[in-house]
Amino acid sequence: MSALLAETPALPLHEAGKYVAAAYIVLLAMILVYVAIMAIRMSRTERELGELLAELDREEGAQAARTGEQGAGS
Amino acid sequence: MYGKGLRALSISTVVAMTAALTLVFFYAPLEAEQGFLQKIFYVHVPLAIVSLCGFVLGGLLAIAHLRTRDPRWDFRSYVAIHMSLIFGLATLITGSIWAKGSWGHWWVWDEPTLVSFLIVFLLYATYQPLRFAIEDPERQARYASVFAVTAGAFVPLNFIAVRMSTAFLHPRVLGSTSNLPGPMALTFLISLIAIALLYATLCKYELTAKHTRAQVRALRRRLAGEESGRAGEGGRTSRSAAPSALPAGSVGPRPAGQAARTAGYPIKGHT
Amino acid sequence: MSAATDTSPASAVARDAGAHPRREGTGLWTTVRALLRKELLVELRTLESVPGMSLFALSTFVVFHFALNRGSVEGDLAAGILWVTLLFAAILGVNRLFVADAEQGGFDGFLLAPVDRSAMLFAKALTLLAYLVVLELIAVPAFSILLLGPPIGPALGGLVATLALADIGVAVIGTLVGALAVQTRARDLLGPLLALPLFVPIVIGAARATEPLLVGAHTGTPGARWLATLGVYDLLFGLIAYALFDFLLED
Repeated sequence: MSALLAETPALPLHEAGKYVAAAYIVLLAMILVYVAIMAIRMSRTERELGELLAELDREEGAQAARTGEQGAGS
Repeated sequence: MYGKGLRALSISTVVAMTAALTLVFFYAPLEAEQGFLQKIFYVHVPLAIVSLCGFVLGGLLAIAHLRTRDPRWDFRSYVAIHMSLIFGLATLITGSIWAKGSWGHWWVWDEPTLVSFLIVFLLYATYQPLRFAIEDPERQARYASVFAVTAGAFVPLNFIAVRMSTAFLHPRVLGSTSNLPGPMALTFLISLIAIALLYATLCKYELTAKHTRAQVRALRRRLAGEESGRAGEGGRTSRSAAPSALPAGSVGPRPAGQAARTAGYPIKGHT
Repeated sequence: MSAATDTSPASAVARDAGAHPRREGTGLWTTVRALLRKELLVELRTLESVPGMSLFALSTFVVFHFALNRGSVEGDLAAGILWVTLLFAAILGVNRLFVADAEQGGFDGFLLAPVDRSAMLFAKALTLLAYLVVLELIAVPAFSILLLGPPIGPALGGLVATLALADIGVAVIGTLVGALAVQTRARDLLGPLLALPLFVPIVIGAARATEPLLVGAHTGTPGARWLATLGVYDLLFGLIAYALFDFLLED
């Protein structure tokens, strides 16, 4: 045990503090990066869904126009 | 429905994380040898444990896939492995910081946990390139599952082998979890639970998000199919390293052989 | 494709079965023997793998000489050089192991035959094992001539035991990884990337076991624990490969 103590003396608080902080900050940063990536993907999904809805509206509009023409033509 | 339970899970994660951090910095006593630096132990070791369990879990889910051929198991396996890889990276980084603080070097070969992790990380880093290099989705899922089972079995074997090879050089300083005094043990346990919950939450989040994207793609394909008036036309399939998030049959008819070619060696699959 | 030159696995099995007629189906070991004979015959005729592997090992020894700037090595350095070289040469063999089958449709023929699919696993692993043995018959003497300081005579017994155990492990893992990689686009790259981490425990066991053998003064014996490690790893991976291999052959 004393051999270990000799090999790994406790760092003074202001020095060790930096390493501990770095480790926890790394974890926090990785989580936040993940959240950012998910947020970007979600906004892209939202946009795509909006496009699909718009397309559906166009479809229904075209559909209605076609049946309207047939109704007028006959 | 992957999103069910996500709210409860994320709330529990927040609670556990807050509790863990409070315990780490306000309750756990300072360790005799390493002093304040030892606090990294409470984030590094749980990350390591959760990551390893995640890899093994990925292997178990892959076994379920091989047995049932349900692509949803493969989907879960993929997310489990992907998340474990990220947690593994975090393990390596925090371990490296700890090594630098303890020994003055950014890397130490004497610490078997770190070394084993490096090997495991290098192995699983090939998972996504492997998937991306196989076009046929069914075969991609099958081969990925074979890999996941092999690698999952390899994880414990590798740990034992590396531990054997370093046993005689230096006593393990960084990762010792035995003989923890009461308050430290409690703090460690709560930290472990917190990281495990974080893993579960992020996995569920990823599953839900991917599933949603897949549903949007399926919707788009069906709309495009209707528009052109003929089934099986329109829409392009893009190469992807991600497995099918939808059960077979809900995706709609596949266009005939329209895989978009992506040049070069694997890049992250577009999802 | 005339019957005489048809080298597909299915025809190999058919020929062999014809020579030894059996009641129903074809037994596992008959199939393995037939496949193994075909593999070795093809290798003898085309000489695709083994000469390349051996030459690679010899060249690597030369490179090591210049890289390390040493005329002779011993102990753990010698063990390390030997095993790194053997492993990378083995990877060359792994890369080539399934290529012919994948390109010439050998898989399909095999799948149609009414045989136990594990036969291909055994046959390919035994083939790779054979390649490794020949490789070592060339590379180890070359190593002792070119780079090894102490005489190799007293070390031979332990070395052969270590080589045997390590070879089995490399053969099993190599077959599994080869089958996995051959169906992918970047097979030459993915094969080594997949194989190397899986080989690490073998390197650990083999190098640690070989270390005490390659010292000058008192040649030791390979530690029993390292040989046991190799043996256990071989066994476990053999079981894993046996359980999983069939899944790779479908389609």
